[in-house]
Amino acid sequence: MFDSQKMFTGAGGFSEHSSEKIQEVEIADLRKITQAIKNCYGYDFTDYAISSFKRRIQRILELYKIPTVDQLIKKIESSVTFFEEFLAEITVNVTEMFRDPSFWREVRDHIIPNILLNHDTFSIWHAGCSSGEEVYSMAILLKEMDILDKVNIIASDIDKPILTKAERGEYNMKNMELNEKNYIRFQGKSSLRDYYTEKNGKAVMDKSLIERVSFRNYDLVQGNVFNKFDLVLCRNVMIYFNQNLQNTVLKKLYESLFRYGYLAIGSKESLIWCEIANKFIVVNNEEKIYKKIKE
Amino acid sequence: MGFNISNNYKAVVIGGSAGSFQGVTKILAGLPQDFELPIIMCLHRLKHVRNGFVEALSIKSINPVVEPSDKESIKRGKVYLAPSNYHLSMELGNTFSLSTEDMVNNSRPAIDITLESAAYIFKEKLIGILLSGANRDGAIGMKKIKERGGLTIVQDPAECMIDTMPKAALSITSIDHVLRTDQIIQFFSELNKSTIKQ
Repeated sequence: MFDSQKMFTGAGGFSEHSSEKIQEVEIADLRKITQAIKNCYGYDFTDYAISSFKRRIQRILELYKIPTVDQLIKKIESSVTFFEEFLAEITVNVTEMFRDPSFWREVRDHIIPNILLNHDTFSIWHAGCSSGEEVYSMAILLKEMDILDKVNIIASDIDKPILTKAERGEYNMKNMELNEKNYIRFQGKSSLRDYYTEKNGKAVMDKSLIERVSFRNYDLVQGNVFNKFDLVLCRNVMIYFNQNLQNTVLKKLYESLFRYGYLAIGSKESLIWCEIANKFIVVNNEEKIYKKIKE
Repeated sequence: MGFNISNNYKAVVIGGSAGSFQGVTKILAGLPQDFELPIIMCLHRLKHVRNGFVEALSIKSINPVVEPSDKESIKRGKVYLAPSNYHLSMELGNTFSLSTEDMVNNSRPAIDITLESAAYIFKEKLIGILLSGANRDGAIGMKKIKERGGLTIVQDPAECMIDTMPKAALSITSIDHVLRTDQIIQFFSELNKSTIKQ
């Protein structure tokens, strides 16, 4: 039945999203780009996961209609403003409030009560906070537990414009439908609407939620350990790094935790193959929450 | 033979959307008992239901079905399913990687992303299969597989519950075989025999 090579070539009528004039990015190109950025600006993208990094570069070429990688490199080298835009495009900033509601229930019902057993006040670090949805989710959770004033929160990201966006706390109303659905699955005490006001198609988050949050421009790859925390959230950030860089960053997160502090990573990330795994125990495998047990 | 055995295939990717569940279940249940090629599936699924799908697919599957974690190695004899709300790609060094990038074709996981990434890693050693579905996700991915020398198969539109997806692929690239699910099963069986003979 498979003897004949049946070939079905149809007529067009369906155009690809990419213009034909734009170069297809190869791995050698990625090396050229990361080298140029390192030389010019000091950021190091060498150990980013190749598949997503390649897609981001391809996307930037198409978005800015830059036909070749060489021209992209020239643009990066010659304009700081362009590089900042490039940085914003290269980092993935797609997120939602209360992403994985069961994770947030676990934090509310088990993790934070456990921290409170030994501390009246404590500290949280959102490492790679992006546009801030996770920070507001945490603040709402803490407010509903009536302990928002007992917690110091640091929210950091490599991308300055996105930090400004996080601090502003204004989100498109069309995203709020999904956020509200997540909040309902989280089984919050009221309605997400109680935490924002609608203004010109935007949901403007209640400023009092972030009174104790400091936003900080910080590069997880190159930055030094700057503080210790009781809870570090770094969810769906390290998936953009290769294993080598994951190890480096995890070591940093480990050093940023008090002994018996908690680390939360994305639901499909894992510590198993990391060098530092034996210094943690699994608290909740489904939600990927770990506890540092060894100094 | 409709496939080039000297290609020494390394992996199978399957894309599917609306109306593909039945076909996928049938294919997984009909695999040869000793089928060794990793099967990597990207099926459109509810964004906010994390559990249940893998279990449902596992019931009748010859090989175990799992959702890979980020950086997990691709192993022979396993069936992998793109997790909900993540795109699934492959990396050099035979590992998976996940991403939360924007939706592509209104989907996350998007079939185009998984197929294109597999084409890039496995080149001519890849078999791509596109099943029933109501949108055009996967068409560009199938084109990339063809461009890199892989083998392309779509489910026979006449058998599909919704034929938009295989038809979209047929309209933009050459497809090696248009098969019903029972023919896909037979294809795997012949492929397996000739692989073992080798």
